[in-house]
Amino acid sequence: MTAVISLNHVAMVFPALQGLGSVKALEDVNFEFRENEFVVALGASGCGKTTLLNVIAGFLPPTSGQVLHKGDPISGPGRDRGVVFQKHALLPWLNVIQNTEFGLKLQGVASAERRIRARENLALVGLSDFENYPIYQLSGGMQQRVGLARALTCDPDMLLMDEPLGALDAFTRENMQELILDVWQKTRKVVFFITHSVEEALFMATRLVVMSPRPGRITHEYKLDFYNQYFESGNARQVKSSAEFIAMREEILSIIYGEERSGLEP
Amino acid sequence: MNLGIFSRRKSEVVDQYGAPGRGRSTAISAVTIVIILGGWWLATQLELIRPLFLPAPEMVISKFNRIACTDYYFEQLLVLIGASAAVTSECQGFSEHALHEHVLWSLYRVFGSFFLAVITAVPIGIAMGMSRYARGVFDPPIEFYRPIPPLAYLPLTIIWFGIGESGKLFLIYLACFAPIAINARAGVRSVSIEQIHAAYSMGATSQQVIRQVVIKAALPEILTGMRVAIAFGWTTLVAAEMVAAKAGIGVMVLNAARFLATDIVFLGIVVIGAVAFIFDLIMRRIERALVPWKGKV
Repeated sequence: MTAVISLNHVAMVFPALQGLGSVKALEDVNFEFRENEFVVALGASGCGKTTLLNVIAGFLPPTSGQVLHKGDPISGPGRDRGVVFQKHALLPWLNVIQNTEFGLKLQGVASAERRIRARENLALVGLSDFENYPIYQLSGGMQQRVGLARALTCDPDMLLMDEPLGALDAFTRENMQELILDVWQKTRKVVFFITHSVEEALFMATRLVVMSPRPGRITHEYKLDFYNQYFESGNARQVKSSAEFIAMREEILSIIYGEERSGLEP
Repeated sequence: MNLGIFSRRKSEVVDQYGAPGRGRSTAISAVTIVIILGGWWLATQLELIRPLFLPAPEMVISKFNRIACTDYYFEQLLVLIGASAAVTSECQGFSEHALHEHVLWSLYRVFGSFFLAVITAVPIGIAMGMSRYARGVFDPPIEFYRPIPPLAYLPLTIIWFGIGESGKLFLIYLACFAPIAINARAGVRSVSIEQIHAAYSMGATSQQVIRQVVIKAALPEILTGMRVAIAFGWTTLVAAEMVAAKAGIGVMVLNAARFLATDIVFLGIVVIGAVAFIFDLIMRRIERALVPWKGKV
């Protein structure tokens, strides 16, 4: 399988602030995102998850190392890598459909065509009936769905999602996990998804990456197929309450807590 | 005792327990206005204060009729519709101009300057928010002149521009410029970095980010700046009309003061207040139409 994005020895060092030493946010990260992968990054705060996402998105140039998109080094943000943010980052002066088609408007696509493509993606996230709503009248979950539809409308190779469900309540969050998996199954984009929730990570990932702080790096990697069980059974609760899932959850939790504790020792 | 209008009626927004200043204040404001006007009327009826210091309301109204030439224009209207043969009364006005001419001259000066200020201060303010070079260049002169009262540099504008209209426009322009530029600059900061990143990751160019994200996000604050600016414009108007203006509300007030015609001074003040207030209402409407998301995101 070909790599859509590959990271070669990526390191990121933030310069020292007054009196404090410089921060190694990422150290020697090597990773490949392949076709059809749903990669989830999990780790305690400060482990460099968001830094890694920002490097891939092109918002942060790495201190050393390279990020390649299909073999070519990336030099900044681009529409081949769509981003869904924790705060929705929608534009409040545009309504739902205008937000969704915004990327195509930037690219100069004719309005009739961008309407059609925006509508397809709104249907995909289940918001067809809300086309003309102002975004500030939508709930948090719906705003995130618009954010997802907006990113999809640019038809990127890869979706970068920075804790997109972090601000949602527990029920909405579980529904959104299923919705995102369904959308992924239909579109087959490469996804890089960041979360704090172990359960969310296990449920959604085809590949799980556990990261560890000081310096930020990838410490564990798992290939998972709980998402497949969900696609087969259609029952997320059943997947999440299976013995296999719980055992895996405890394993990951012990890794993360173990690192937290060892990090506190002098 | 429960006075109806003072009772704490529920406002449209759900009142939170302990929220500061909750409830509507419109009815209370109406009572305040009635008390002020009633007190004014009563004080003059009882001759507590000499008309030189406080003219009676009816004196101000009759001055309004005389200066606005209401009789003259009413008769003209009658002639126009054929109800009367000829106009018998004269239009006296004040300082050789009828009230509407004074008002139009002042409107021309204030809005002309305001318009020039908007088309220059908005781009400069945005540029100051976006680029450290623009900020470095424009920040010192704006911050230097901003707190100086216009009366202090009024003589300079006369020396530079003479006693024609351009000096007056320049004076009001300066008064309007700073608040618009400063608010536009602050507005740039109200765009979130996520919104900018989102635009770039959808393939936006930096020009597109400025035009389609930054300026739109700054719009609520630009409009606030415009409201502040137009108020400054009215404040500066009287100063601008102090020198060699033939018509204008400021001229009217200043000439009236020279003749101790307190009632005309009152009339001028009321007219300026009314025009400024009406414009502010219009601006609030525009604000609601253009930036309905303000305060909701």
